[in-house]
Amino acid sequence: MPWDEGLVNSLVYDAPDPKEGRVLSYVAALREALDLALEADPAVFILGQGVDDPGSMFGTTKGLHQKYGRERVFDTPLSEESMMGASAGAAMNGMRPIFMHNRPDFILLAMNQLVTHAAKFHFMDNGQTTVPMVVWAAIGRGWGSGAQHSQAIQGILLGVPGLKIVMPSTPFDAKGLMLSAISDNNPVLIFEHRWLMKKDGIVPEGIYKVPIGKGIYRRRGADLTIVGASHAIELGLNAANKVASEGIEADVIDLRTLKPMDVDIIEESVKKTGKLLVVDTGWSMGGVCAEVGCLAAERWLDHLRAPVRRIGLPDIPTPAGFTLEQFYYPDVERISGAIRDLVRTRSTVTVP
Amino acid sequence: MPQISAMIQYRYEGEGVEGFLRRGPAYPPEFHLKLFRDMFRIRLIEEEVERRYHEDQMKTPIHLVIGQEATSVGCCVSLTQQDLLYSSHRTHGNYLAKGGDLRAMLCEMFCRANGCVGSRGGSMHLIDKSVGMAGTSAIVAGAIPIAIGAALAARIKREPHVTVVFFGDAATEEGAASESLNFAVLKQLPVIFFCENNFYSVQSPLWTRQPPRSLSKWAAGYGLPSVQVDGMNVLAVHEATRAAVERARSGGGPTFIEALCYRFRAHGGAGDDTRTGYREQDERQAWDEVDPLALHYQYLTGAGLLSDAGRDTMRDEIVAEIMDAFDFATNSPNPVEADLYRHVYAV
Repeated sequence: MPWDEGLVNSLVYDAPDPKEGRVLSYVAALREALDLALEADPAVFILGQGVDDPGSMFGTTKGLHQKYGRERVFDTPLSEESMMGASAGAAMNGMRPIFMHNRPDFILLAMNQLVTHAAKFHFMDNGQTTVPMVVWAAIGRGWGSGAQHSQAIQGILLGVPGLKIVMPSTPFDAKGLMLSAISDNNPVLIFEHRWLMKKDGIVPEGIYKVPIGKGIYRRRGADLTIVGASHAIELGLNAANKVASEGIEADVIDLRTLKPMDVDIIEESVKKTGKLLVVDTGWSMGGVCAEVGCLAAERWLDHLRAPVRRIGLPDIPTPAGFTLEQFYYPDVERISGAIRDLVRTRSTVTVP
Repeated sequence: MPQISAMIQYRYEGEGVEGFLRRGPAYPPEFHLKLFRDMFRIRLIEEEVERRYHEDQMKTPIHLVIGQEATSVGCCVSLTQQDLLYSSHRTHGNYLAKGGDLRAMLCEMFCRANGCVGSRGGSMHLIDKSVGMAGTSAIVAGAIPIAIGAALAARIKREPHVTVVFFGDAATEEGAASESLNFAVLKQLPVIFFCENNFYSVQSPLWTRQPPRSLSKWAAGYGLPSVQVDGMNVLAVHEATRAAVERARSGGGPTFIEALCYRFRAHGGAGDDTRTGYREQDERQAWDEVDPLALHYQYLTGAGLLSDAGRDTMRDEIVAEIMDAFDFATNSPNPVEADLYRHVYAV
């Protein structure tokens, strides 16, 4: 059993409605997306440390090397930077690589090729080249992941022009966004969350795409706006459902894509509710929470009726120990508390 | 090749002028003349760029290849237009030898809209995919992983072209070079690692950066054919590249070529900076003795293939082309603001 299997198994999700269609696990949805893409397009190939081993990247690539051969699904040396560059180089020459990592922490070894090369070639050569590649990783949490196996680095990459950043929260989105990312002509980062991997959901068969750059309402309400993505917005949704029994109704916006960000959907909701809570699996400082908060201050200040609240990680590395972790990570309780505070807050801004 | 360096303990293990003189007659006269003309053209272009640089109209850092013309020309003459070349910050020679358009290059240097990359690259990013000048990186070893990816794509698609990546001696010190050599050998990729060892990284000499062993021996440890050639000798470069291209095209995998060469100018900008003291005048002057153009010209005149008058005619033709290209560039339009927003994302 993988190290955190037991922990992830213990998480309880809302049971999907079997009447709406086929139910798949998050992992199975991802595997199906990869399988369909490999089948549909000979330019698609998958590389990464262990994509053809028994663990097979949480099961997302299980058996694909047998089905498509090791030229299209292959293990790599532990050469993160060079393999990132090789993915970019292959993408610049007609291929559609999918470079998979167990943890985003390892992408930090490849920042030179990702940030300074892959993200920039299309611009630098005035559009002569496109770089259609997918970089995939699953953010870890719990069971001693600690400072070096848990980093949610989306905030670090948010300011890099030329990159797209996708963070799904449901099996449906995991498949549909993966298929969109593979067919996109730019470098697309997909950050999954380890705690979503065992989630079940309705997943249609065949190829379908969830658009990159478009958010979605997971819930509607007039009292406040909760914005986030991935595991964070799942916590946000659970918290919103919890406070509904107290008469608080929230708009819950799953951004699905952090970059390009769907600013319109946030604007629409914030102008309606006047209160904004941003949730993220990464650090609040300089990250997704900071960016969305800044947008509100810059563009919609006249509509805000309370200060923006951020629920991300404190400016502290992740502790490995179980007890310290409890203080570190946001949970439904903390998000519910923030919701109640926000709703109780009277307007501090004088609106003429 | 009389002297590698006054400061650097480095043994030259390739063939020198003798080999060049012995094998020269094996090639047709037109081929020899083309090698000389291509090098001469690059030299004259670089000298004109250098002469005008102080006018501050070329608002771009420049890394002149004066002294290193033989590597680009000797390599590219062995390639087809479909073969890909990736390069570093010192791109002028690579771009021109690969067949890049001179006008588009100068427009790029003068920051004009019709530069080869629309004024997004400047001197360090001269790219023209239509002639196989496929990409550059200003991060020393940065283009090496890209090149192995290009070779991987060719392998998967069963395409016949080979990929060459140019880099300097210092690039071998970045981890990406080691990683890429390992992967290229593992997958037997059709790629040529072309290392221009000019013994300096900016003003840091090789001996402060690496132990005294040749880069070709360092590379050989990764398990690929690795040769050291006289990089001032265009024919030696050509022969080494031709063998590597044949190997790559026939499925024989990658090759590492270390070409010993020397830049006659500063790392960046116009002029020679030897007087600043990081290298000795004696060393600098010793390399004049093996100027790649002089060496080849000596051979051509000796073999009765070119005379002083013939060279002067050649110069006149090239200078006319250069003047026309400078006029074209300086009369070309500047980009407009809307150009900035293009090609951030591909559609």
